[in-house]
Amino acid sequence: MERRDFIQAGVRSRSMEAPPQSGLNPYTGPWTRTQAMHLLRRTMFGVRKNDLDWALSQGMSASVNGLLNDGLDPIPSPPLNMYSTTADPDPTTPYGQTWVNAPVLTQIPAQYYQSRKDSLKMWWTGNIINQKRTIVEKMTLFWFNHFAIELDQIPVAQPVYYYYKLLRDNCLGSFTKMLRAVSVDPTMLYYLNGQKNSATAPDENYGRELQELFAIGKGTDSHYTEDDVKAAARVLTGYRINPLVNPIGYYFDSTMHDANKKDFSSFYGNKSIAARPAILGESELDEMLTMLTSNTECARFLCRKLYQFFVYYEISSDAEQNVIRPLADQLRNSGYNIRSVIDTLLRSEHFYDQANLGCVIKNPLDYAVGLLKEFSVALPDASNIQQQYFGWAGITILSAYQGLNLADPPVVSGYQPWYQKPQYHEIWINSDTLASRNNVAATLFSEAGLDVNGIKYYTDPTIFTKSLKDPSDASLLVQEAVELLYNYPLSVTSLDYLKSFLISGLPDESYWTTIWTGFLANPNDPNYRSAVMQRLNALYSEIVSQAEYHLS
Amino acid sequence: MKRRQFIKTSAAGSILAPAMINGMPVHTPEPESWLRTLLQPQVDTDHVLVVIYLGGGNDGMNTVIPLDNYAAYNAARSNIAIPQNKVLALNGNNKSGLHPSMSGIQKLYNEGKVNIIQGVSYPNPDFSHFRATDIWTSASDSDRYISTGWAGRYLAEEYPGFPIGYPNSKNPDPLALQIGANLPLMFLGPNAPMSMNVSNPDIFKEWPAGVNDTPGNDYRGREVAYIRNIARQSKGYADKIVEAYLKGNNIGNYPAANYLGDVLKAVARLIKGGLQTRLYLVQVYGFDTHSDQVDATDNTVGAHAQLLQVLSDAVYSFQKDLEALKLDRRVLSMTFSEFGRRIKSNSSKGTDHGVAAPMFVMGSQVQTGIIGKNPDIPSNLSVNDNVAMQFDFRSVYSSILKDWFCVPDSERNNILFKNFQTLPIVNNNCSSTGIEDYHQNQEKLKLAILPNPMVERTELSVTIPNGYTRLHLIDPEGRFVKTIFEGKLEAGEHRFSLENEGFAPGNYYVYLQQTDAQRTESLVIAK
Repeated sequence: MERRDFIQAGVRSRSMEAPPQSGLNPYTGPWTRTQAMHLLRRTMFGVRKNDLDWALSQGMSASVNGLLNDGLDPIPSPPLNMYSTTADPDPTTPYGQTWVNAPVLTQIPAQYYQSRKDSLKMWWTGNIINQKRTIVEKMTLFWFNHFAIELDQIPVAQPVYYYYKLLRDNCLGSFTKMLRAVSVDPTMLYYLNGQKNSATAPDENYGRELQELFAIGKGTDSHYTEDDVKAAARVLTGYRINPLVNPIGYYFDSTMHDANKKDFSSFYGNKSIAARPAILGESELDEMLTMLTSNTECARFLCRKLYQFFVYYEISSDAEQNVIRPLADQLRNSGYNIRSVIDTLLRSEHFYDQANLGCVIKNPLDYAVGLLKEFSVALPDASNIQQQYFGWAGITILSAYQGLNLADPPVVSGYQPWYQKPQYHEIWINSDTLASRNNVAATLFSEAGLDVNGIKYYTDPTIFTKSLKDPSDASLLVQEAVELLYNYPLSVTSLDYLKSFLISGLPDESYWTTIWTGFLANPNDPNYRSAVMQRLNALYSEIVSQAEYHLS
Repeated sequence: MKRRQFIKTSAAGSILAPAMINGMPVHTPEPESWLRTLLQPQVDTDHVLVVIYLGGGNDGMNTVIPLDNYAAYNAARSNIAIPQNKVLALNGNNKSGLHPSMSGIQKLYNEGKVNIIQGVSYPNPDFSHFRATDIWTSASDSDRYISTGWAGRYLAEEYPGFPIGYPNSKNPDPLALQIGANLPLMFLGPNAPMSMNVSNPDIFKEWPAGVNDTPGNDYRGREVAYIRNIARQSKGYADKIVEAYLKGNNIGNYPAANYLGDVLKAVARLIKGGLQTRLYLVQVYGFDTHSDQVDATDNTVGAHAQLLQVLSDAVYSFQKDLEALKLDRRVLSMTFSEFGRRIKSNSSKGTDHGVAAPMFVMGSQVQTGIIGKNPDIPSNLSVNDNVAMQFDFRSVYSSILKDWFCVPDSERNNILFKNFQTLPIVNNNCSSTGIEDYHQNQEKLKLAILPNPMVERTELSVTIPNGYTRLHLIDPEGRFVKTIFEGKLEAGEHRFSLENEGFAPGNYYVYLQQTDAQRTESLVIAK
């Protein structure tokens, strides 16, 4: 290729076609691999060939129904003690049992506080890897990014498991219910200092983030004031963590509550929360949350975040009018039923608009779990739980290196690619993380395998290859592999470029056909196997190192 | 297309806006000067700036402690106050001292290598971490949304056209490196991110060549082009980083278990190895100390003390290493944080989001001293009262661009959108004002307010030299609520009457500014 072309192609600022005009009318166009793959990739972490076959056979409507059927994907059994040793047992939890109900006030060996957190992260990664064919895991990550907390900052792991469970169990349910639950959840009370918030010494932390990050946002039509932050903080005085119940809960300490009247700004219609006896102070919270969710900006803010997560980070003015506004109306009219707006979005013309295909940069878990699924990377089974957790741990670590540290976002606003203007998703890719992804691509497709802190991953590329329609034909193999792995067609020149890795140094493609058919006929012949593996590894390593592979 | 339009509009809008800021009558940069800038040869400098981001909002009043107002300080935050006898003294300055865990920075100050700028913020501050960080990194006004960063615009001025044709034989090295840090907006230029992220030079191995279909004119095409651009640049720059890293070395000792120290050690090694990168960003998180910033029994230790110790030990070791490597005259470090914290502590032994805080600029080429005064501490203090702004953070950027990178006025106006006051921070051949001149100018400004507290009306007596003058009323949240006067004044005393137009009672400030000097005085508005 010409170096100049390469350089020109790299410039960010290029003229762009008009953004999509489509809205929320149901999509009635063709249902091919392109649309089915688009739906699956955006709603799940990585797609297996059998997922695609399922969606193709179901059609759009049944596929969306299936993906939104959270009953199919209940929370897996909770994380286990896979860390303690015979010499140094966990006094509350035998090896192989779950620690999530261990009494929080019982001392355990110091290093096990961290071990529990680690096992929670590994377990969550395992849930993502082993997800059922539903949107539940993607929605859970969405909510954990929305109502972000940092596991690292919470002293014990038990309440964080229950926080995760709260978000997962309600991921398609009622936002108002979730907002109420999060506001008094012990993990959140600890993380944003709610437990220290009192009438004599208000702590604004939660009152601020409740508005800025959780319910109203900082869109151009958001005009809450610093006084609203202070008034909210006063409403929120008195909530305390109760460590004496299991799981940990909260209680309302009316002696810490500010019982005076609270006035909000004109942005909230000059709402006034009347003074009342402190023991009735908890009703103020409901009154305030109703005030927040009644504000038009609340539903719009949530719909924008959902849109940016599932469609594209840039919201054109057309998308704001044709998608966000009506979707927000629907959300409010439905009493903040999340399922109903996701359902509408995933069936819409807008979602399947050509302009919205393949434009989301895969997050590190989309990337890593996608590779595992596409290339049938075998992970340790449950026969040895420590090994099983370590199998998940490598993906946890890899994802963290690449910018998504599960359960430990860097700040309360979540992960930068989901909030930082103007680059958003592009932030997943920088010289460092792209180098890391390229190293994964290079080593996963090698005899040595991918090594993440000593944890090894191997793929047998013949499995993926066998799933293709006609892998004995080099051209068809490359074409279909690209179709499945990029969900986007390439030019003949580029297909030929990739094919050169399969037929390296050979005048024609027949040699590939010979060794592939030879391999199929003699699967145990080391010579055939080696010849096939070497070429497939080179091909797939190259395919997944391209910019195109990082898009979903 | 929208975003691109936005960038263009905002840049053009700022160029055309009749800007007038911080007392300097600002000529609107003309199109010709903009063009000239583009055609000018690049400024040749071997100067390096290391930006240290203190994430979360550093509590400035427990970093630089007001010894001249200690009783009020102690009363405002007795549950976290640093005992007076534990405050670290600074040579030649008995008004302010440092937190006891900052012995490294104390030593550097006493060696003449630290400049502290007090009360840095901006008009109408934002209390959100995220918006405030965007304001500091984009260098925008608080009510404007700018889609590029100040460092990105600076580098775009110096390296026009980037990324087309980069790297090249004249500029083989990355323009900026974020090591273990990531503030993408700060380095975003008009066309592309101007910086490269590195966690560890070992990560760069073979880069694939690749598929090169022309990206479409749509969202997907934009992202394909973006990823290819990162790949292409990284491929070009990775070898240079590894080469410099292997060629470089360290001489000084760095503290163990100090994350920032590890990162600065790598920076020193890369500079020693010959990397021509101009800007580095590093960071320390955890300054959002809403609670328990001090230990239960000892206010000199605890979470905030640990953070300051990490900072202080690391920059001390870095400076000593650079001195041993004979690189110290080429390197300047600057801290920033998205905001300071409240004057009064809360009952959780913490402090909530606030306004102004000190910035530290360090290196062998700084003008040692403290610019500005300790924060005013109102006597009837509420939890909502804030440290007043004395200097706009863009004045600090502007001063460093001018005196450290020798960026001419016209270019600085393009980078920062306005002409900001410059301050005597760096000793330099490209500027003339010294810190002594500055202090003399400062002394020439007099501001008296009577009566204070004000109920219905007060008189402001302003005694100044001849020049363009601004007089503002700032409310407890840092908002510039009223411009009392703005315009040219003759030398001498001038009187202004300020009416209470129904201002909510509280601790306000009057801000007086003329050319490079300014003065902030407390004004209580009562019922």
